[in-house]
Amino acid sequence: MVVQIQNVSRSFNAVEALRGINISVPKGSITVLLGPNGAGKTTAIRMITGALNPDRGTVRVFGLDPTTTDGELIRSKCGVVSAKPSLYDRLSGKDNLLYAAELYGIKSGETTTHRIKEAAAQFSIQDSLNLQVGGYSTGMKTRLALARAVLHKPELLLLDEPTSGLDPESAASVLEMVGEMTSQGQTVIMCTHLLLEAEGLADRIVVMEQGETIVDGVPDELSKVFWPNPTAEIVAQNGEDLDAITNFHGVISYNREGNIAQVELENEILLSDIILELSRHNIRLISVKPNKVSLEDLYFRIRKSSDLANSIACSYEEATELIGARQ
Amino acid sequence: MTKDAISKIQWARVMTVARTDLKQLAQAKDFWLPMTILGSLFFIVVPGILLFTIVSIGDVDVVAKISETLEVLPESARSQFKGDSPKGRTGYALSVFLLAPVAVIVPLTISTAVGAATIVGEREKGTGEFLAHSPASAREIYLGKLIASLVPGYITVLVGFGAYSLLVNLIVGPSAGGWFFPTAQWWLMILWVLPPFLAICLSIVLRLSARVSSTAAAQQASGLVSLPLIGIAYSQSTGVLFGAGYLPIVVGALAWIIGFFSLYTGMRSVSRSRLLTVASGV
Repeated sequence: MVVQIQNVSRSFNAVEALRGINISVPKGSITVLLGPNGAGKTTAIRMITGALNPDRGTVRVFGLDPTTTDGELIRSKCGVVSAKPSLYDRLSGKDNLLYAAELYGIKSGETTTHRIKEAAAQFSIQDSLNLQVGGYSTGMKTRLALARAVLHKPELLLLDEPTSGLDPESAASVLEMVGEMTSQGQTVIMCTHLLLEAEGLADRIVVMEQGETIVDGVPDELSKVFWPNPTAEIVAQNGEDLDAITNFHGVISYNREGNIAQVELENEILLSDIILELSRHNIRLISVKPNKVSLEDLYFRIRKSSDLANSIACSYEEATELIGARQ
Repeated sequence: MTKDAISKIQWARVMTVARTDLKQLAQAKDFWLPMTILGSLFFIVVPGILLFTIVSIGDVDVVAKISETLEVLPESARSQFKGDSPKGRTGYALSVFLLAPVAVIVPLTISTAVGAATIVGEREKGTGEFLAHSPASAREIYLGKLIASLVPGYITVLVGFGAYSLLVNLIVGPSAGGWFFPTAQWWLMILWVLPPFLAICLSIVLRLSARVSSTAAAQQASGLVSLPLIGIAYSQSTGVLFGAGYLPIVVGALAWIIGFFSLYTGMRSVSRSRLLTVASGV
C-alpha cells in the first residue's frame, strides 16, 4: 500500500473534520475520494503529506510517517494540486514552475529548463509561460498547477477537485492525463464531488461523509454488494408482449413501463436465452441492453444506506442488508 | 529543536524562498512605489529643503533662536556640535540629532510591512497550501521569509543613509567645517545597533504574521513593535541612553545575541498548518 490511513481523527476547535477515517491506497491505482462538501476529503489529503497532523490514529505513506522527519522525503515524492491553484499571481508561469523545481530539488540548469518545458507542454501552457499568472484564466491556472504538480515526476499525485473551473474539453484532457499517469506506475488520489468525473477512472472509491469513511472499495465489487444480480433493459414494439418474460426460468424480477421492461436475472447468460425465446414467439424487439451500474447509482445507494444507518442507529452493513431485503 | 534538526536545514531552499519573495516584491509596484516615496521624503526631500533653507538664510534671528534651543540637548550631544556659525551648528544638529533618527522609521516600516504580510499573506492568497505540501521544512520557510523581510530593510538603511550622508555633507558640510556624517555614533548605529534591533523587531513581526488572521491585523500589531526602535535611534544619536563610550558597542552586541535568540525561537512559530487556509484553532 502506498497510503494507509488508520482511525485518523482531526478536529479544529469544536469541529470534528475527520472522525476515525480508514483509507488504503494500493500502488499504481486511482483512488477517488467522493463525498459532499465538508466531508473531510481535503483534510485527508493534507494528512497524507503531513501538512496537517492527526489528533489520533496513524498515517503511513510509502511506509513512512509524514509527521516525523520522514515527511520531507514523503512530500518530495508527492505532487499536489489543491482545490485552489495556489499560484503566485505576481510571478510568471515560468517563475512559478521554477520555484517548485528548486523546492523539489530538481537540478538547476538544463534539467530544470527541460522539465519545465515538458510539463508545460503536457498541459498546453507552453506559450503562456512568460506571462504573469495574475492574467491567466481559471483554466490556465489549473493547468499550470497541474504542470507544477507533475514537474518533479511524483510517485503519488494528490488532486483536490482538479477540474473545478475547467471547460469540458480541458477537464477531459486532465482526466485523460490522470488515467495515463497510473499506466506509468504512479499512484493517484483524487477528491471530487463530481461523480461523472470519477466514472470509469476510479480503481477504488472512498465515500466520505461528515468526516467518516462510509465505504472504501473497488466500484465493481461494491456494485455487486448492492446489485448482486445482473439486470437488463428490454424494449419491444408492443410492451405487453414482454410480460411473457415473467414465466421464463431464471428471472428474479420483472417491471414494465410502457414498452420498456427492466428484468433482474440469476446470471448474465440468461439474457441471450430470453432474446431467443422472445424471437421464437415472434415478439419484435427494439433493443436489449444489460444495465451497467454507474458510479452515480452506486454513490447514491451507499449514501442511502448511510442515511438509513444513521436514522435507525444501526451499522452501515446492517443498513445495506436492510435495503437489499427491501428490494 | 534538536541540533540534528538544525543541521538538516537546506540553505538552497531557504534562499529559494527568500529569492522568490523578493522577486514578488519587485513586481509589486503598489508596495515599493509608496515605500520609495516615503524613503525619498525622509532621506532626501524633507532634509534637503530644511537644511538648504537654514544654510541659505544665514545669520538671521530664526537660525540664532534654533541654535539657542539646541542648548537643551545633553552635554554629550552638544560637545559634538561642529561649525562656528549658528547656521553651521544648527545644520549639524538637525542633521545628526533630528532628521537622521526620524529617517530610521523608513527601513523599519519597509521591513515590518514585508514581514507582517509574509506568512499570513501566503495563507490569505492560498499559496501557503503549496508551501505546506512542499518538501521545504517549516524552519527553511521561516528563514527564507525572514531574509526576504530583512533585505529590503537593510538595503534601505544603506542606500537611504548613503544618500542622506551625501546630501547633508554637501549642504551643511561647508558651514560645519567639512564632511561630518555619519558621525562615529551613527556609524555604530547603522552598522552595529540598527541591524540586530531590526532583526528582533522582525522576529516578533513574523511570529505575529504566523498567528493573526489577516495581513491588516499583522501590520497594525507590528506598528507597536517598531516604536521602541525609533526611541533607541533618538537616544543613541544623542548619547542620552548609552553615552558615547563603549556602551553602544556592548548594547549592540547584546542586541545581536538577543536578536539571534529571538530569531531562533521564532522558528517554532511557523508550522505547516499555519500556512493553510483552515479553520481557526490550527
